[in-house]
Amino acid sequence: MNKAFPILGILTALLLSYALYQALDVAPTEQTMGDVQRIFYYHVPSAWTAFILFTVNFVASLVYLFRRNPASDIVALVSAEVGVVFCTIVLVTGPIWARPVWGIWWTWDMRLTSTLVLWLIYISYLVLRRFSSSGETPILAATLAIFGALCVPFVYFSIWFFRTQHPQPVIGGGGSIDPRMLHVLLINWLAFSCFALLICWSRYRLEELQREVEQAHALESLTQSPRSSR
Amino acid sequence: MNGYLIAAYAATWIIHIAYLASLMRRYSRLKHDIEELKRAQT
Repeated sequence: MNKAFPILGILTALLLSYALYQALDVAPTEQTMGDVQRIFYYHVPSAWTAFILFTVNFVASLVYLFRRNPASDIVALVSAEVGVVFCTIVLVTGPIWARPVWGIWWTWDMRLTSTLVLWLIYISYLVLRRFSSSGETPILAATLAIFGALCVPFVYFSIWFFRTQHPQPVIGGGGSIDPRMLHVLLINWLAFSCFALLICWSRYRLEELQREVEQAHALESLTQSPRSSR
Repeated sequence: MNGYLIAAYAATWIIHIAYLASLMRRYSRLKHDIEELKRAQT
């Protein structure tokens, strides 16, 4: 791996620590919800990061379908996998926040249900990639990814089009936010984005190496089979 | 500090650390595979 990786790793860890300090100590306490509202600083940046990663997956899948470029196939796989990690965090922190605020862990409203459906689509994408050994797997996965990506704008705009318990978006929506809270939110998003980028980078390298090893294994078995048949 | 807040932050880091651990496990398995391949070639 590149020598810059450990340095970037340390810088990201420092940024994440600073973002945590900002979220827990510097951000003002919300008047009605109190301290529990600070879940917002992890919940919302995780959702934004997941959406960006699923969009990257969509673009890489399209590129793969048109050009059959192996690098774009790896980018698609990596972005979906890391996107699922962030989407899992959204689905876990959401109910933990909802319980003290709404009095329930879960409700089948459009935003929550569509997020769960989005997560299930990308889980099925990863299951397909993991367990299908057909040579057509990357093409099938890329097609599935395009349908999955159609769900992303639906999840984002569902709170505009449907009556839902979920609050309005803080940026570009009907909601409003204290500038100090917005500042902390953006710092946390930057920290989580850097973290996601680093994970994607190492996962990309891992996948590349894995494919090289698989090719070497295939080559080895090809060169050994005439010897064993003699 | 609020219990729900601690639970949410802890859950976030448990998920991230679990994923990083799975990546490290895959790396070490791959390293082992590469060493085996090198041994087979020599």
